This record gives sequence, structure tokens and C-alpha cells, in this order.
Amino acid sequence: MAEENVLTAGALTLEQDWKMPDRGTVGIIFLIITETALFSIFVAAYLIYIGKSLVGPYPKDVLELPILATICLLSSSGTIVFAEHALEKGHLGQFKLWWIVTICLGLEFLTATGLEWRKLIVHDHLTISTNLFGTTFYSLVGLHASHVTVGMVFLLLVLAVTLFRFPIETQKRRVKFLSWYWHFVDAVWVVVFTVVYIIGR
Amino acid sequence: MASIDYPLERPDIEDTGWHFAENLYRWIATVDHKKLGLMYIVSALIFLCVAGVMAVVIRLQLAFPNGHVVDPDTYDRLFTMHGTTMVFLVGMPIVAGLSNYLVPLMIGARDMAFPRLNSFGFWIFLFGGLLLYYSYIGGSGLSGAGSAPDVGWFAYAPLTTKSFSRGHSVDYWALGVLVSGFGSIASAINVIATTISLRCPGMTLSKMPMFVWVMLVDAWLILIALPPLSAGQIMLLLDRYLGANFFNTQHGGSAVLWQHIFWIFGHPEVYILIFPAFAILSELVPIFSRKPLFGRPAMVGAVVAIGFISLGVWAHHMFAVGMTSWSNTFFAASSMLVGIPTGIKIFNWTATMYGGRIRLLTPMLFCCAFLLQFLVAGLTGIMLAVAPFDWQLHDSYFVVAHFHFTLAGGLVTALFGGFYYWYPKVAGRMYNETLAKWHFWLFIIGFNLTFIPLHFAGTLGMPRRIYTYAPGRGWEIWNQLASLGALMQAAAVTLFAWNVIYSAIKGEPAGDDPWDAWTLEWGTTSPPPEYNFEKLPVVRSSRPLWDLKHPNDPDWKYE
Repeated sequence: MAEENVLTAGALTLEQDWKMPDRGTVGIIFLIITETALFSIFVAAYLIYIGKSLVGPYPKDVLELPILATICLLSSSGTIVFAEHALEKGHLGQFKLWWIVTICLGLEFLTATGLEWRKLIVHDHLTISTNLFGTTFYSLVGLHASHVTVGMVFLLLVLAVTLFRFPIETQKRRVKFLSWYWHFVDAVWVVVFTVVYIIGR
Repeated sequence: MASIDYPLERPDIEDTGWHFAENLYRWIATVDHKKLGLMYIVSALIFLCVAGVMAVVIRLQLAFPNGHVVDPDTYDRLFTMHGTTMVFLVGMPIVAGLSNYLVPLMIGARDMAFPRLNSFGFWIFLFGGLLLYYSYIGGSGLSGAGSAPDVGWFAYAPLTTKSFSRGHSVDYWALGVLVSGFGSIASAINVIATTISLRCPGMTLSKMPMFVWVMLVDAWLILIALPPLSAGQIMLLLDRYLGANFFNTQHGGSAVLWQHIFWIFGHPEVYILIFPAFAILSELVPIFSRKPLFGRPAMVGAVVAIGFISLGVWAHHMFAVGMTSWSNTFFAASSMLVGIPTGIKIFNWTATMYGGRIRLLTPMLFCCAFLLQFLVAGLTGIMLAVAPFDWQLHDSYFVVAHFHFTLAGGLVTALFGGFYYWYPKVAGRMYNETLAKWHFWLFIIGFNLTFIPLHFAGTLGMPRRIYTYAPGRGWEIWNQLASLGALMQAAAVTLFAWNVIYSAIKGEPAGDDPWDAWTLEWGTTSPPPEYNFEKLPVVRSSRPLWDLKHPNDPDWKYE
């Protein structure tokens, strides 16, 4: 293989200065981009079908602003950053604390969504097949909730890794990417909240 | 990192002789980008043959008026499965397979960025395809209605709702395509991360091979365009299983919404499918003209422009729906706009050939045929972008002829050229040039004999997807010519398959660089070892092997 030797010869300085972006970072950024494309179709469908329901119940009659759940989810974006910083500095105790707080906040959000759906289904008799509001509401909010659930599974996995004393330091990159995903899920909630509970009501 | 020597003696790849089970396991469990790329391409070719046989049956049915080769229900299934297979199980895996095999080799990397994700992508694609075909067995459901989907490849609502499509055929369509779409997205993320993060030292974006540039933009389009289809299919499944009302007009839902969602995916999709052809041309035309690619920055600009403009043209598929004049005008204008960067590409390939020392071997012949046929396809495309013209010919055989000129005359033609070009690298042996020339002429004559007459049949009013037609409308002769051409194409593809198999066993040894080429994949052995390069190369221009072969006159002095 004389060819490669000529190819590589005399280029040592170039090699040493050659820095490429981290592939994990690129991967998670483009995963988020493609997820955004998925959500925008459901958001567009929601916007198109606002006010098009032929029968009740209508959003203004049954929807209540999920203030507490929103505060919990949005602040969990902050706590996961605290956890990340603690891990970077090597404060494992603080990391665990903030991580568990993040999980609790996420759980509170999911519980609130579950209770809201229970009220809508049992009390207001709004199901996915009742009218267009039900169709678009459950699919958009459900899509978001399923993403929160996936995030929650990964948060719990990291917690398990930590509690069973696997070397969490080697996982720093993954924790960073998980936190980016979590921020993305929060950002989507801002859009969903605006569309469903403010514009749609 | 670049100069770490790869351990050449690896116990896990030690040759232990021919053991079928072990070899099978090695292919199934592989995460090697070349094996996965080949598996993508081989499954795509198998699906191509299946869908090709369907096309031949369709042509036999339409060869004579009042034909009865198959019954109407079977016919509907045939054109649905033909279209769905060609787009999702041939075109998409070809994109993934070509980028998998070639991108790491061309950028001097040892594998893709995420090898295991790559393997996941292939298998989920394959099982999606098998799931779609399982509909022939499982589609009838408990009510005994239908087998394979019969709703057309774009599966318009409300034909897909429970009331019009009983049984499970539409569910198999939605689930099979949804699942294989996940594979495409996984592969696209992988290609992007690989090109951005794993280029060998010295390969800046401006020195990256044009092939890789095109596949990078292609992966971008997949990431943006496929999720809308997934969203639509999720909505369709919610409608069918949970009684949601997205496309249910009884509850105020809109069937047109499906059309929008489908074509938001569907139009970028045709660019996703044609991009591998652009990528192949951009490599082959310079090599066989012995000149660097003409106007390289303009080529990059054009492909990036297509990557954005094509996201905003989808509703030109819907002129006949009854949109507002403003929408019609906007989408007609944007559709014509996308002709500009495409025109730039055609002109630049031609200018690359101008004044070059052209070697008319089979790969180059296919490139020349591509240029002419794709030009025709582009021109009929501009015609159909004119909304009033489209109202006349919407859903006619003119449209069928147009998009077969882009996909068969464009993509498939260029693919054959690309297959012959990279065949020596993959197989380590040369293909048989005589057989290849026979394949070329049979295919090109057969193709044009099929699809040129269909323009006329369409202009005479023959609607798309009809089961049969009455005599005396002037359609007979065009349909007979088309059916004759289809048989010639089938014969040509058989020759190709024979050439591929025969040459793999009996072909002349190819050597590392049979074409005197300039990109990195020709700098390693044929076939490349599992680690691709013993030492990662360092490049200084966009034609690294040229620099190597001409140390007195290297490219990097001028770039």
C-alpha cells in the first residue's frame, strides 16, 4: 500500500490540527430537527382544525390551563442543567439530587396530563372520536406526552446507572445529549401550550 | 487519531473456511458499512425485480383493449404495490445503500458514525418491506375483505377510511411504510453525522467529493420530508383504529388535508429519489471525460438550492383539487423555480464533457442517456407545473410518462451506470463489457419505446390507473408499443442480473483502480478491507488520487 504512504506523508501538521465536530452532538441535533418536522405536522393539523368541530364539547368549555404541570416541566429544564453542571464538577451527590428532582418534576407533569385526560374522558365525555377537537387534542398532546415518557425512561436509566454505582463519569456525553432532548421536549410543550390552551381556547 | 494503525490480525475476521451458518451469522450480525450497504442494494434489487414483474403484468393487461389478463381487483393491487415498492423499497434503500457503501470510503473514514444504528436502520427497513408484502396473506382480516392494498401509492383519503377499505390492507400499507421510514431516518442521521464528523484530515467541505455533497443534502431532505409522511400515517392509523376524525368528512375532517400532508412528503421525496442519480453523474462524467467537474461551486449551490426549494412546491400535485388562484400561482411559480438549479446541473455536466477526452464505456453511455432522458422529464415537468395545462392532463398517462421519465429514465438509468462503475470496486472483478453494452441498448430502446408513446396516449385522454379501455379511441397502438418496450426492459434487466452474477465468479480481476479515478475509494483494495484504509489518508485537494498520480502537477496548487 505505497499509495497511502504517499497520501499520508508530509501532512503531519495538518493531521494534528484536524478537529471535527463530535458525531454524537451532530446526531442529536439532527434527531431533534427531524422530530421538529414530525411535531409541526401535528401542530399544523391542530391549527387547521380549530373551530371546525361539528359537535361539542368545545375547548373553551372543558379545557383548564395546566399551570402547575407547565411550571413543573419548564423548571425541570433548569434542574437537569444543575445536575449536568454538578456532574461536570464531579459532585456526584448534587448530581443525584438534581437528577431525582428532574424525574419528580417530569412525573408530576405526566400525572397531571393523565388526570386531565381522565377528567376529559370520564367527566366531559370527550374521546378521540367525539369530534375534531378530541382528535387533534389527544393526538398532539399524546404525541408530546409519549416523548416525555421516552425521556423519563432514559432519565430513570441514568438514575439506575448512578445508584448501582456504575462509573457515571464515562456517561457525561450521554447525560448531555439526554439533557438536550429534554430541553427539546420542553420547548415543544411551550408550542403545544400556546396552540392548545391559548390560541385554541 | 488519524495515524493510529489498525490491528491487521484480528481473530474475529480470521478465515475459517466456508461454513454456511457462520457466514450467514456474520452477515446478519454485521455492523460494517460496506456489508450493510450491499445488503441494502441487494434487497432493493430484489424488490426492483418483484415490482418490475408487476409492471410487466400491468403492461400485458393494457396491451390490447378489453384485456383480461388479471381481474380488476388484482390490477388495482398491482399498481399500488408496484408504486409503493418502487418508491419505498427500491428508491429509499438505494439511497441508503449507496451512501452507506461509498460515503465512508470517499471521505476516508473507517465506518459510519453510528454503525449499530446503521444495522438497525437496515433491518427495520427490510422488515417494513416484508410487512407490506405480508398483506397478500394477512390483508383480508376476519371479514375476508381484500388482500394487498389497492388504494394507489399515495393512498388518498377517504378511500383509505374503514368504510371504503375494509380488512387490513391499508393498515399493512401504513405500518409497513411507516416502519421502513424509520430505517431511512436512521440512515439519514447517520450519513449526516458521518460526513460532518468523520472526514479525513484535510478534507474540508470545499474538497469533499460531489457525490458526498449530494448525499448529504439528500439525507437532509429525508430528515425534513419523511416525518410528515409518518405523521400522516399515524393519523390514518388513529382514524382507522381509534375512530379519530382527521380525514373523516362526516365529522368535519378534511380529505384534502391528507393530500397536503402526503405531498409535503411526496414532492421532496422525488428529489430524494433522483439525488443518487445526480451524485452518480457528478462522479462519472468527470472520470469518463478526463476533466474535473465544471463549475463545482455552482453544482454545490444548485444541490443545496434544490434541497430547500423542493420543500415548497408540493401542491403542484393538487392543482385539480380546487385551491385558490393564489395557491395555484405560488406553487406553479415555485415549481418552475426548481427547474433553474436543475438546469444548472444539466448544463454543468454537459460543460464537463465539452472538450474532454470522452471514453464511451457502459457507465458513460448510461450517463449520456440520463442527460437526454432527464432533460425530457424536466421539460414535461415544467409543462405540468403550468396549472391550466395540468388541469387538462392531471391523472392522465401523460403524468405517468413524465414521472417514469424522471425515475426510470433518470434514476434507474443513472443507477445502472453507477453499478457498472463501482462494480469492480465491490466485486474485485470487471463486469463483461459486451453484455453490458447489450443491456444498455436493450434497456434504453425498451424504455423509450415504453414511455414516449404513453405521452401521446395521455394527451389523447387516457386516464391513469384504468383497468382496461374500449377500442377506437386511438390508444391501442401507443399501448402496444409500450407493452413491447416493457418486455425489452425486462430482458435488459435479466442481462444485467446475469452479468452481475457471472462476472462476480468469472470476471477479470479488476485491480484497485480500473478507471484511473480521482476519489479515495479507488485508493484502497478492491474489494476494500473491513477497515477500509490501513492508514487514514490525508487529502489536500478535491481530487486526492490525481495529486498522488501527478506529484509534479497536483491540484492543490490551484485550489
